[in-house]
Amino acid sequence: MNKKLACLKDCIMSGVCFENPVFRLMLGLCPTLAVTVTAKNGIAIGLAATFVLLGSNTIVSLIKDFVPTEVRIPCYILVIATFVTIVKLLLQAYVPLLYAELGLFVDIMVVNCIILGRAEAFASKNTVSMSIADALGMGIGFTLAAGGIGAIREILGGGTLLGFPLFGASFNPMLVMILPPGAFLTIGVIMAALNFINADKTKNIANIAVEKK
Amino acid sequence: MEINFIKIFGIIVSAIFVNNFVLSRFLGLCPFVGISKKLDIAVGMGISMTFVVTMSSIITWPIYNFVLVPFGLEYLNIISFILIIACFVQLVEIFVRKFNPILYKALGIYLPLITCNCVVLFVTLLNVQGKLNFIESVIQGFSAGLGFALALILMTSIRVKLEMAKIPAPFKGAPIAFIIAGLMSLAFLGFSGLTIG
Repeated sequence: MNKKLACLKDCIMSGVCFENPVFRLMLGLCPTLAVTVTAKNGIAIGLAATFVLLGSNTIVSLIKDFVPTEVRIPCYILVIATFVTIVKLLLQAYVPLLYAELGLFVDIMVVNCIILGRAEAFASKNTVSMSIADALGMGIGFTLAAGGIGAIREILGGGTLLGFPLFGASFNPMLVMILPPGAFLTIGVIMAALNFINADKTKNIANIAVEKK
Repeated sequence: MEINFIKIFGIIVSAIFVNNFVLSRFLGLCPFVGISKKLDIAVGMGISMTFVVTMSSIITWPIYNFVLVPFGLEYLNIISFILIIACFVQLVEIFVRKFNPILYKALGIYLPLITCNCVVLFVTLLNVQGKLNFIESVIQGFSAGLGFALALILMTSIRVKLEMAKIPAPFKGAPIAFIIAGLMSLAFLGFSGLTIG
């Protein structure tokens, strides 16, 4: 039982950091960039994606033995579309203001590469519990990435975080950060920074290996 | 059906320049970053994309207005549109393979990829949301494809030149592509003053 738990933990951790869907696998970029004008929107789209991922991964791993391989992709897309419709109707009913801001980008999650990618690459080959863990990991990783980008853009572009003002009245916001170019620049710089950190790490490991010899 | 030329012109300018689907709506980024390395492939992708978007606008409009609306099933639009697009792309693939093998070889891999491209689904949903009539929907689909092709070809031309340039190591690959996209998007922001119709 302990071994199984450790395995589940590995699954979640790999989604959150080592295989972060946005920064490492470069999946699901469209919603990450489009709606992350504020941290709140980023977290909201992340949670919506997590819900869809949980649902679709669970169902796909349940039906994986009955679906003929030739038509598996359309079947997966149908499962995902069903969950996206559920999320859309829920958002419209309970948080109509938020839905108005996220708009069609919730609908577009049907063709989000993260969700279909995980259904095809992970859930169609693994057990239900593993698939749920994977969905949680990927979902949290995606939420963190979208929320992070949103926070950076909100702080620089509006001088607020989650709606609370951070700086005094003299703060002059960089308007460009909440306009479309800001999203591209932010993700480019974050990716470069991650590359830099990782390159440093691999160099360190190589140095240690040399010293040991 | 009434044809409003000023509105149509507005749709064209908006879809290609002001609200370019790649640079200001962030759609279709996966091929935008992934495929923009060779110019001839980018042109092929742009053409097949334009074709698929236009055709799916043509097909989904009657289905929404003559099937879903009369039965009060508007909430099924996501599911039905994605199914229609997937089937349609499959059909195009079979058709092109049979009648024009040369074109099929050139586009081969990219045709099935288009199913999973957000631009196609987004345009069909946008047509419905904006309550556009048939001709306006088709024009919007066509210009969305053109806008995608324009951004993809511009991006590819820059990246081909960039092969020669010295880039700081951490920025190599995807990060520099995003920075370029950011600068291009900044340039396209200049169109945002244009409002027609």
